[in-house]
Amino acid sequence: MVRRLREGLPLLPFLAVVVIFLIIPTVTVIVSSVYTDGVFSFDRIQALFSGTALSALAKSVLLSGSTAIIGAVLGAVLAWLIVSSPPSSMVRRAVISLCSVLAQFGGVALAFAFLATVGLNGVLTLWVQQVFGWNLAGSGWLYSLTGLILVYTYFQIPLMVIVFVPALEGLRDQWREAAVSLGASTFRYWREVAVPLLTPAFLGSALLLFANAFAAYATAAALVSQGSPILPLLIRAALTSEVVLGQAGFAYALALEMIVVVAVVMVAYNALVKRTARWLR
Amino acid sequence: MKKSVLAVSAAAALVLAGLIACAPPRKDNSGGETSSGVKVSQAKSAADFGGMDALVAAAKKEGELNVIALPPDWANYGVIIKAFSDKYGIRVNSAQPDAASQDEINAANQQKGKSAAPDVFDLGQSVALANTSMFAPYQVATFDDIPAAFKDPDDAWVNDYGGYMSIGFDSAKVPPITSVNDLLRPEYNGKVALNGDPTQAGAAFSGVLMVALSQGGSVDDVAPGVEFFRKLRAAGNFLPVDPTPATVESGQTPVVIDWNYLNAAETAKLPAWQIVVPPNAVVAGYYYQAINKDAPHPAAARLWQEFLYSDEGQNLFAAGGVRPVRADQMMLAGTIDKAAVDKIPVIDGPVTVPSPDQTDKATEFLADNWAKAIG
Repeated sequence: MVRRLREGLPLLPFLAVVVIFLIIPTVTVIVSSVYTDGVFSFDRIQALFSGTALSALAKSVLLSGSTAIIGAVLGAVLAWLIVSSPPSSMVRRAVISLCSVLAQFGGVALAFAFLATVGLNGVLTLWVQQVFGWNLAGSGWLYSLTGLILVYTYFQIPLMVIVFVPALEGLRDQWREAAVSLGASTFRYWREVAVPLLTPAFLGSALLLFANAFAAYATAAALVSQGSPILPLLIRAALTSEVVLGQAGFAYALALEMIVVVAVVMVAYNALVKRTARWLR
Repeated sequence: MKKSVLAVSAAAALVLAGLIACAPPRKDNSGGETSSGVKVSQAKSAADFGGMDALVAAAKKEGELNVIALPPDWANYGVIIKAFSDKYGIRVNSAQPDAASQDEINAANQQKGKSAAPDVFDLGQSVALANTSMFAPYQVATFDDIPAAFKDPDDAWVNDYGGYMSIGFDSAKVPPITSVNDLLRPEYNGKVALNGDPTQAGAAFSGVLMVALSQGGSVDDVAPGVEFFRKLRAAGNFLPVDPTPATVESGQTPVVIDWNYLNAAETAKLPAWQIVVPPNAVVAGYYYQAINKDAPHPAAARLWQEFLYSDEGQNLFAAGGVRPVRADQMMLAGTIDKAAVDKIPVIDGPVTVPSPDQTDKATEFLADNWAKAIG
């Protein structure tokens, strides 16, 4: 018992961090979204079913879902290309490092990079307009959901590469050799061995991408300043609006809604990872 | 850079934990008494301290002043803070210069009782009027100079400066603008930005009101304004970027609807930046100055008010392109900085200032209709 305690001691700081940064805020959000001025009420939860909140939820799910799918497919292909080159190859190491950096390159910097390049008054937009006479920026697609999808994809693909490369590396050569020596074609090996093995890892990574996009805030905040189309922006509006006051409770309810969505995604992710882990041991 | 909900809540917890851990418990200034026996935190004028000199001495003893949400290029606040600090030898801690009005109130609530809490507020109308219970009533020496319409009957707040809604444009990039309707012309394709979302930012709200007036609407009917922005959006002219000095100077936002003094601040850096206040649609807005009733530096907070409403403070506002609240009286007395005031647009004709009730009604309409119009 004492030994157990002693072994657990180094975990204490971690536990403290989890309590302060995860448990307390989550409990605060849950409690605040059902208590209004000390009285239990579902008013704030009910507000989640208003047109604005539902449309924000739908757009958030659409944005996260589409960038997760695009990011997962393109990222998996890139990861496969990386893994097929030898581990010592410079290109491979360079691409992996680059992906680690780009996966974190979200936020204001990324948004401004896109604004200044293909925005309505972006450098590329103006140049193409002058030389070819086309209008790249169209009617301002960059500042809408379409734009967010493009910009989010920019950090989703590298993230997919980082999380999917280990799964690909777990595919052992012996399995392919065994399949080939039993007379399987390459296509058959992929269809009956590799793809079934990789599917849980692929879906799991896609879910991680979904959660990543769902919670992203700064990029969207820098890009979209009108109308708060997605949940994180709607929370900002509810908290900081100097025109419509007293919506902090609504923000709590929206936060709760986001926690629920992310929790569902994370449970699914864990289930899938468990299935893959069996094979990659 | 990406924040999750958890991270946001976690940040809140961090702030809280950090405050408990780091902020020193404040010295109990509020319990202190002035020479005339009034609690400093309840002093209602310099006389309660035993005169201006005693107020200055009390403020110097506190040595610090916490201000919040005062951008240096907004209404000349950068210069004002420095002038105050130099004159009285009081260190000014300027927190979150780019924060919104509501953030000021949030900060005061979250940091209540801590030495880092804001001492004074500079708020937009709706936030100020919704929070008067947080203000300490105070009358500056020049209080009688200020017209009754610009101060609270209970002295909780006083308007400090105001401005007119305007259209700023880069005359090197776009043809000159003379009226709101010009904005629909094809030359302005993808170029017209509004300073924020009108359901969130006071400046953008006034911008929509200005456009509404120009389209035959009124302060009681902002629908024509929203309709104009819908047309602007349909024509591809509306640029949904939040304009900042950076976007203006880099040419990302060549036309910006904003307060005249914010647009004027751009002219200083970009000489081609011109400003027009549409003559048939003049919307004025004043900011609200107040003392936090839980101010950690109650004497410095009161001295700050005295400074802002002194001739010196008001002239510094004027130099920032805003109309100081005592402008008319100072003109009569000949104490105003003529050169500064000449740069502020002169308005002949009616000026619209929405009442709190009218603001509420318009806000309700915008909350339901704005996102649909520009989405």
